[in-house]
Amino acid sequence: MAWRIEPRAERSRALDLAAPALAVAATIVIGSLVFSALGYDGLGAAREIFLSPLADPQRWPDLGVKSAPLVLIAVGLSFGFRANVWNIGAEGQYVVGAIAGTGVALAAYDMAGYWILPAMLVAGALGGAAYAAIPALLRTRFKVSEILSSLMLSYVALQLLYFLVRGPWRDPQGYNFPQTRTFTDWETLPAVVPGTVLHLGVPIAFLAAFLAWIVLRATVLGFEVRVVGLAPAAARYAGFEADRTAWRTMLAGGAFAGLAGILEAAGPFGQLTPQFPQGYGYVAIIVAFLGRLHPLGIALAGIVMAVSYVGGETAQTTVGLPGAAAGVFQALMLFCLLAVDMATRYRLRRVAPAPSAAGARP
Amino acid sequence: MADVGASPLLELRGVTNTFGALKANDGVSLAVGAGRIHALLGENGAGKSTLVKIVFGVLKPDSGDMLWQGAPVEVASPAAARKLGIGMVFQHFSLFDAMTVAENVALGLDGARADAALERRIVEVAESYGLPLDPRRATHTLSVGERQRIEIVRALLQDPKLLVMDEPTSVLTPQEVERLFVTLRKLRDEGRSILYISHKLREIEELCDAATILRQGRVVAEVDPRRTDARRMAELMIGSELKGVARPAARAPGEVRLAVRGLDLPPEGQFETPLRGASFEVRAGEVLGIAGVAGNGQVELMRALTGERRAPRADMILLDGAPVGALGPEARRKLGLAGAPEERNGHAAVGDMSLADNAFLSARHVRGLTSRGALRPRAARAYARDVIAAFAVKAGGPDALARSLSGGNLQKYVVGREMLQAPKVFVVAQPTWGVDAGATAAIRQAIVDLAAGGAAVVVVSQDLDELREISDRLVALNAGRVSRAVDAASASVEEIGLMMGGVHGEPPAATGGAVGLAH
Repeated sequence: MAWRIEPRAERSRALDLAAPALAVAATIVIGSLVFSALGYDGLGAAREIFLSPLADPQRWPDLGVKSAPLVLIAVGLSFGFRANVWNIGAEGQYVVGAIAGTGVALAAYDMAGYWILPAMLVAGALGGAAYAAIPALLRTRFKVSEILSSLMLSYVALQLLYFLVRGPWRDPQGYNFPQTRTFTDWETLPAVVPGTVLHLGVPIAFLAAFLAWIVLRATVLGFEVRVVGLAPAAARYAGFEADRTAWRTMLAGGAFAGLAGILEAAGPFGQLTPQFPQGYGYVAIIVAFLGRLHPLGIALAGIVMAVSYVGGETAQTTVGLPGAAAGVFQALMLFCLLAVDMATRYRLRRVAPAPSAAGARP
Repeated sequence: MADVGASPLLELRGVTNTFGALKANDGVSLAVGAGRIHALLGENGAGKSTLVKIVFGVLKPDSGDMLWQGAPVEVASPAAARKLGIGMVFQHFSLFDAMTVAENVALGLDGARADAALERRIVEVAESYGLPLDPRRATHTLSVGERQRIEIVRALLQDPKLLVMDEPTSVLTPQEVERLFVTLRKLRDEGRSILYISHKLREIEELCDAATILRQGRVVAEVDPRRTDARRMAELMIGSELKGVARPAARAPGEVRLAVRGLDLPPEGQFETPLRGASFEVRAGEVLGIAGVAGNGQVELMRALTGERRAPRADMILLDGAPVGALGPEARRKLGLAGAPEERNGHAAVGDMSLADNAFLSARHVRGLTSRGALRPRAARAYARDVIAAFAVKAGGPDALARSLSGGNLQKYVVGREMLQAPKVFVVAQPTWGVDAGATAAIRQAIVDLAAGGAAVVVVSQDLDELREISDRLVALNAGRVSRAVDAASASVEEIGLMMGGVHGEPPAATGGAVGLAH
């Protein structure tokens, strides 16, 4: 008996949309089995990581804060991913965006005014875009794979951050700790709901996702990105130059990541420290695909991913899971998504052995 | 050798094969006698290729039997088919460009090596069948006709009783076709059988002893092609009456709309054909046909004309006298140059988008489907609806996905989308390739009508009959060079064939001398 994997003739749209939900469910099942096998309370772990943050309204602001950078970066990446531009270095653009915005903040340290914060945000977005311009230039001019160049540049960005917080930008009153000055009130994102951690960056991120959806749906720019992704030759026919699209999507991805970076610096951190990069730039890749590269889907996926972060921290104390457990669940989610996608696009068919084969052979 | 009345060499009984909802073959029965050239005739999508794949063991039928010399057989793989004595020459060659002829032959033979003995056998077989071939040549240096010889020689080396040929002449010039037919007749006279797949009636009349006609997966007739009118066979094949193209009365052509002057285009990739000094003109009201065997620069020329690739100098392409060679597709469209490349799905249209969205691809400027960077979906749907109505496109409406349309209907949509923009110049490649007969007639008529309305039209096609039917003048493309133009009505097939083969019939160095005198 033989089995064969073959593409499904008709892909069901419902199944396509349900795939991420199925993937999350599969993640919970497999994750709890794995942690049970390791001697933990597997079911409890899955419950703590995926359910308790949602059940407790007190944690909701945390979810918002965690999801904001993920959503913002993932939406930016989704433009490129749709157009076959594989920017893997959002982490670096995130860090450089934070650095650029912080540069403005430090320069305006002794000043006051409402202009400072917007200037920081603009500088952050520009910084991220400028950093993404390097792999874009390498790709369009020298045909260097942006996958490698953008990824490697992320490590360069980390070194730049370490250098700045230990050297020129070190807080003069900071007892030699490697960190910048803490931002002034003019330089810090105000809380949206007073008394909570919910800062202005959270609505900005979700608003950006909504605007991205409009751009993708209703503008020639968005059309260009969709066509390049679906049929590159047709894009060329339509007059959309491949290199121009690569530039635009890379710069957009960098700008979104850079904006996420400065929002994080001017929000929860209030300064730059070596602990600033938390891997959001990488996790956002999972979020982008979990959200089906669709801005609204990404907003939802960002919340799911934030749940796993917040829940992962709770689970460390309540179930005694190691800190890496949340990471395991996050990676498992991407893995399950790929598996579910495979299952929705292909099917396993049993190939019946030929009935008269034996008789025909001499 | 089998006598008349003995069991046929190959017999199929009630072969049925289903892909999803589509019945590619529906109870097909046919018998190929020994020493016969048997034609399998049908339009694109009639189920010919599926049937051939079953015979050669590539596909397994859902039901039905195959008999070989009267005994039921199960062909599990191409290797098993070869063992029985079935040789196959596919329409698309499976050759490696970087390898030599002998290496490519060895790859197709089970367990052979490209040694001196094989080279000797290749030369032997090639010469005895009139297929000259140098076993040590690198494949990428060969013409398409020569590549086909590799496939044929490879099949003949296994001494097949039945040779299956899938559309063998679609890539050949008329002269090469003649040479191939000599070889095929020789094979038949040796007692071998040939299953000859084609939709070209003239060839079948000339070559074949028997014909099975397929339509929509079923056998609709068994005829003797030597005694059946070609028109009758065509009607059996398409299931309706043939409609010719109505051409307007000849008029004096207008001013030159599109001029290509000494267009050179270096290849972008290793296996692309460079354009070398291509020159031609098209006037208002005229259809210029560009003939040629595939791979002689058609794709490259189309890209250069539509602006997907820029010309090295702007004045190499002139639109109404203005240089446009440096402009991209969008700018050229705004000036009235529309184009439809040969690949519909994925190039002229995006399969996973709706017909309305596909209208944005090329009609957004001329038809005002966008305003200030924003899409106007309502305008696009209205335009798609217009195209669907004007060109009788069978589709679920403007929201139907492009890939849900049949090849012919999508082609009608693409051609209609360009034509309703009332272009001054329209360039189209293989307008009826893989399109059913009804749509073919409609598209050819639309092309002729567009020119009659004052547009200049360039049709790039491999189908000589098509070009003779709709063109006013013809040029041929050979190895990236464009021949001189001939009158489509009066030029003989032989003349055009020579042009396609690179013999342009120009007095040597005549143009060079003229330039010299001017100084």
